[in-house]
Amino acid sequence: MSDTHSEAARAIAFVRTDMLPEQEPPATTIGFVGWLRKNLFSSVANSILTVIALLFIAYVMSGLLPWLFQSVWNAGSLNECREIMNATWGDTHGHACWGVVKERWLQLLYGFYPDHLYWRVNLAFVLTLVAMAPVLFSEQLPRKMLIVTALYPFVMPWLLWGGSIWGPIAAALGFVIGYYAYKILEPIAGSLVAIIAAVLLPVIWWFGLSGLITGALTDLMPIGIEAVQSRKFGGFMLAILLGIVAIGCSLPIGIVLALGRQSDLLLVKAICVGFIEFIRGVPLITLLFVASLLLNLFLPPGTNFDIILRVMIMMTLFAAAYMAEVIRGGLAALPKGQYEGADSLGLNYWQAQRLIIMPQALKISIPGIVSTFIGIFKDTTLVSIIGLFDVIGLSNAIRADTAWNGIYWELFAFIAFLFFIVCFSMSRYSMYLERKLQTGHN
Amino acid sequence: MKKSVFLGALTVAGLAAGAAAAGTLDDVKARGKLNCGVTTGLVGFAAPDENGRWDGFDVGVCRAVAAAVLGDPDAVEFVPTTGKTRFTALASGEIDVLARNTTWTFSRDVDLKFTFVGVNYYNGQGFMVPKELGVSSAKELDGATVCIQTGTTTELNLADFFRANNISYEPVPIETNAEGQQQYLAGACDTYTTDASGLAATRASFENPADHVVLPEIISKEPLGPLVRHGDDEWGDVVRWTLNALIAAEELGITSANIGELSAAAGDNPEVNRLLGTEGNLGEMLGLDADWAVKAVQAGGNYGELFEKNIGENSPVGLARGLNAQWTDGGLLYSPPFR
Repeated sequence: MSDTHSEAARAIAFVRTDMLPEQEPPATTIGFVGWLRKNLFSSVANSILTVIALLFIAYVMSGLLPWLFQSVWNAGSLNECREIMNATWGDTHGHACWGVVKERWLQLLYGFYPDHLYWRVNLAFVLTLVAMAPVLFSEQLPRKMLIVTALYPFVMPWLLWGGSIWGPIAAALGFVIGYYAYKILEPIAGSLVAIIAAVLLPVIWWFGLSGLITGALTDLMPIGIEAVQSRKFGGFMLAILLGIVAIGCSLPIGIVLALGRQSDLLLVKAICVGFIEFIRGVPLITLLFVASLLLNLFLPPGTNFDIILRVMIMMTLFAAAYMAEVIRGGLAALPKGQYEGADSLGLNYWQAQRLIIMPQALKISIPGIVSTFIGIFKDTTLVSIIGLFDVIGLSNAIRADTAWNGIYWELFAFIAFLFFIVCFSMSRYSMYLERKLQTGHN
Repeated sequence: MKKSVFLGALTVAGLAAGAAAAGTLDDVKARGKLNCGVTTGLVGFAAPDENGRWDGFDVGVCRAVAAAVLGDPDAVEFVPTTGKTRFTALASGEIDVLARNTTWTFSRDVDLKFTFVGVNYYNGQGFMVPKELGVSSAKELDGATVCIQTGTTTELNLADFFRANNISYEPVPIETNAEGQQQYLAGACDTYTTDASGLAATRASFENPADHVVLPEIISKEPLGPLVRHGDDEWGDVVRWTLNALIAAEELGITSANIGELSAAAGDNPEVNRLLGTEGNLGEMLGLDADWAVKAVQAGGNYGELFEKNIGENSPVGLARGLNAQWTDGGLLYSPPFR
């Protein structure tokens, strides 16, 4: 036995009797080197492209980094900046003069809003975040926070424009009246009468009674805060204000328009299609000119129809038309089986929309919706053309100051930075939302 | 709902229209504020500082009118207007007076139905070139690339000038003055053309102003002045004579330094007395206080002081008086007599 074994052992030079321990992969395929080889130098062509790209980045950075960081912060005018640059680096090219941002950053953020009232803008902004949180992160936060969201549309304008507290209370009361009108009348007179009353009664309240009653209440109990005129609004605050209103209002209006466009009722469909196609067929800047110029000519002289309100309405309508088409895309992408499934469960139209159709259609449309949001937010800068001082308009006004005439890129860089923060956050949130709502198996 | 908003707006508008039918002067007095249209920002003429306070040569006119009517140079609501929105803002009553570097032309006066109450700055279109180009006259600019703001009268003037001199040019369209500066400095065009005052301000902002020259040719007449709506002559008179008071004050040697002394009691010069309200009743005729002109001059000084402070040779813009000197110094400023 032992012989056979030894013979076999002699015939076969080597037999492994135990497993080798697992070895490290070759140094060239792991770690940083491995990553480089895999991603940047996987072939000759890719290597060449990598080198070219690196050279290009180095070239851009060699100009950009000194401009950004070898810069002057403490200067009261462009000429002072230039003197400091000459004294420090010997020439004035390739160095930023951030003195202008240091001097004017509050103006770029708040416009001409009175500086002792900045806290109201800040509070309104914080309130915006608090009001958005329960909607954006519905799973992590308690639903009771939605109360803040419901109050927000009345508190935010009051904080920004100020004035008597009775105005926003009266506006909110209109909705309460509508709600109770429906609640009370629905069992008595049927749903159609209840809906009509729920629309009509608040309208009568808003345009008839509320003015008289708030006037009387203001005389009796003048509770309020210092009023601020729309003309004082400006800077990035104006962009955020217009953006929030346009974004917040355009989504519900867009959903209604998208549904209306698919409606079987000819009149509803015609109105929705007409509205969407008209608004989409006209540039936003034209609508803004209508808001600022044409309305001025139509309305009798001395009419005080707030310019910011006019711009808000136009931007909301514009965004809503685009939103409607994005959501219609989501609706069209849903398989017909979903609609039929909803019908077979015996759900009525609104139940089906709320429980089955819309959750899926909106999920499909998230990238498009967020793109529209980002687009309309950036479009708010167009208001500088009708003489409102948003950040772009203010940058022109700052250049008209003799101290800063001739400064150019620094202001645009700062504005770009502000917009990037907001737009990038929106884009990130939409990616988070898509991951959260992901129900597939990939 | 939408319809109701509209009807509601109409009702409000109708009520407001009834109130607005009174004269502009009464409106301004009732409001306690003058709504003055200015540019969204033009070096030396109108710009907000870091506290949001407006300053400049056109702004000075607004403040003088506010001081004359309301007694307070700060009782002004400055409404920034762009080249496109300015005339609608005035026609619709959003502003009471437009002091926005606006050229007095036939069609604006007659067709757009505005009343230009005078001229506060005689401007004209010029050319700026780099010194190294070696050009000494605009007529040598044959074949040059020209940076030009689109949609302005300067564009039309440029075409007229080159056609009249039978030379050619290639336009480089730009949108704003700031963009024009960048394009010109980057060498995108051989010459930059705009109002001479704008060229001076632009040149002053350069790192080496001495490397650039403004050519001697002025190819257009651009009389800039404040304007009001047609049809309210009382208000037009108030603005016109406030501007004239500033000009006359310089001619008569009334400055913000000595006006307190001169207006305290009637002096030797009857015209000074009439202007300052120590004699006669000129203020009453206008529907203003007797010391309206005193307040107007105190707001920012007389015409010469406003000029020196905002755009004169010692300011960063550095403009010479030129055509804007008093007629006694060979300029065009000539206020009708206060009598």
